Amino acid sequence: MITVEQRAEFRKHFRYNVGRRLVLDKVVKCVVFLCVVVAVVPLVAILINVFTNGAAALSWDFLTQIPGAVGSDEPGGIGPAIQGTIVLLGLSSLIGVPIGVMGGIFLSEYGNNRYGRTVRFFNDVLAEFPTIVIGVFTFVLIVLTVGNFSVWAGSFALSIVMLPIVMRTTEESLKLVPVTYREAGYALGIRRWRVVFTIVLSGAKSGLITGILLSVARIAGETAPLVFTILGSSQFIQGLDGPIDALPLRIWRLSSLPYDSSVTQGWGAAFVLIIMVLAINIGVRYVFLQKKGKTFMKFKKMGVI
Amino acid sequence: MMAINMKKGSPITDKIFKYVAIGAATYVLAIIIMIVVNLTTGSAQVWQQEGISFLTGSDWNSVEGRESYGAAPYIMGTLVNAGIAMAISIPLSFGIAMFLSELAPKLLKTPLAMVIELLAAVPSVVYGLWGLLVFRTYIQDWIEVPLHNLFGDQSIIFAGTPFGLDILTASIVLAIMIIPTIASISKEIMLAVPNSQREAAYMLGATKWEVFRLAVLPYSKSGLIGATILGLGRAVGETMAVTMLIGNATGAAAFPSSLFGPGQTLASIMANEFAEASQGGLHLAALVGIGLILFIMAFAINVVAHLLVARVVKSHEGAVLA
Repeated sequence: MITVEQRAEFRKHFRYNVGRRLVLDKVVKCVVFLCVVVAVVPLVAILINVFTNGAAALSWDFLTQIPGAVGSDEPGGIGPAIQGTIVLLGLSSLIGVPIGVMGGIFLSEYGNNRYGRTVRFFNDVLAEFPTIVIGVFTFVLIVLTVGNFSVWAGSFALSIVMLPIVMRTTEESLKLVPVTYREAGYALGIRRWRVVFTIVLSGAKSGLITGILLSVARIAGETAPLVFTILGSSQFIQGLDGPIDALPLRIWRLSSLPYDSSVTQGWGAAFVLIIMVLAINIGVRYVFLQKKGKTFMKFKKMGVI
Repeated sequence: MMAINMKKGSPITDKIFKYVAIGAATYVLAIIIMIVVNLTTGSAQVWQQEGISFLTGSDWNSVEGRESYGAAPYIMGTLVNAGIAMAISIPLSFGIAMFLSELAPKLLKTPLAMVIELLAAVPSVVYGLWGLLVFRTYIQDWIEVPLHNLFGDQSIIFAGTPFGLDILTASIVLAIMIIPTIASISKEIMLAVPNSQREAAYMLGATKWEVFRLAVLPYSKSGLIGATILGLGRAVGETMAVTMLIGNATGAAAFPSSLFGPGQTLASIMANEFAEASQGGLHLAALVGIGLILFIMAFAINVVAHLLVARVVKSHEGAVLA
């Protein structure tokens, strides 16, 4: 039998122990909440600053005109940069998407072996490479060999950045198509390549498009590979073997100029770029992911979005 | 009975399709091999001329006839910069991840997670621009000047006149940049911990913190380490924001000593000096050599991260990263 004294003793210890733990719990909760506030304030401040300062710079001329002479009263616009970014995105998708999708098909349909695992591993490593290394590589490979900066070199560099993302997202989306779909196709006597193209790819359509769009959003903001490959220019595009301007590159150049007008323009260009990137990201979230929550979760865990 | 043989008479298109797919996959390996080969041949000149002192030396002189290149200050700069950024961002990101996965009320959870994920998509040049035009003045007035007045030139790490464009600013902006990445991956890993683990701990009377420490953390430990190393890989290779903020010292002056002094990283010196070096010669070879060093660092970091993450996938299916 427990005596009254023992019970009192026990209660004292219990209260002390629980009290201490509850206090610790509260303290940790406060610290965590503080972490969130400390981290979120600058992150949200970036968005607010870009939106307020950038919106002030916007005008039709700003979006369509070529940049004025440095430091002159006529600041001009960022037309060539917007055009250049769109051209670069298109060309790099032309190179990167087919190869990426085919590679993804390999990983998902034929990749359950040693070679498939090797490719998957190096693909993941390539996805996290510093993009400036890819820029230097393209410079040595193409610009030095050909002798001039070109749209092609820039597109090639960006296609390397987007390739691993397209490949991984394609693989993951294809894997989510039930194997019974494929078997149904085989049972009808359809050849393997037609099964992949007509049944598997159409079943994985939304995941595929999501992956491609996210990779496009990713390369839209890449600056480092472009520094080494397209040089930048203040004219509209002259040809695919000549230099070109791009939004991130223009932002970088504007940020190094000391004039008020270039600061305003820098905010404006950042605003246009961020709108492009966020529009793709938010659009993807709302349009494609409502149906295929599973693909989306998978991409999230991979860290692509 | 008719024997069904799917393989027999399989048309050539199936084979072609398979080989095209294999070719596309091989393209990735070819790119990586080509990166190694091109960076090595492109920088051969500087390795021949400088030898090992390219790694250990600190001279950086591109004047014709007195050319001399050493990458040691930039290697140190990269490590210090990424180290400070990681020291700031790891606790904050884990805090955010814990808040989002364990504590946040549902009303706050979705929008906050959304904002964090979208911020991971913001281009680095925008972070750089914001750091240069907005954040720099705040950090100069609120952090650097008080610290400098308090400790002054007696201390080494706070020496030098605060100017705003220095290692501290670059590191903090870098930390802000990688927080969304680490936080959103960590959150997913913590959410992947089965609820039965938490419920078992709750049943024993654990508080929220104890549940996190005893049930969630051990289960997701290696995944969190993987996420951290991925963040480190991004921090090491990050170019634009750092280039815009670090102050760009060269030569022996770029050795990181004071937080308030200008520095230089491997990535930022490439971006900065490229315009003058693009004509070729030893200067270009030196920059390509720096690219090779950065490549090796990033490669090693990523391989370690992926091996760790692969182990997580094997050990328990719940916590998946890749």
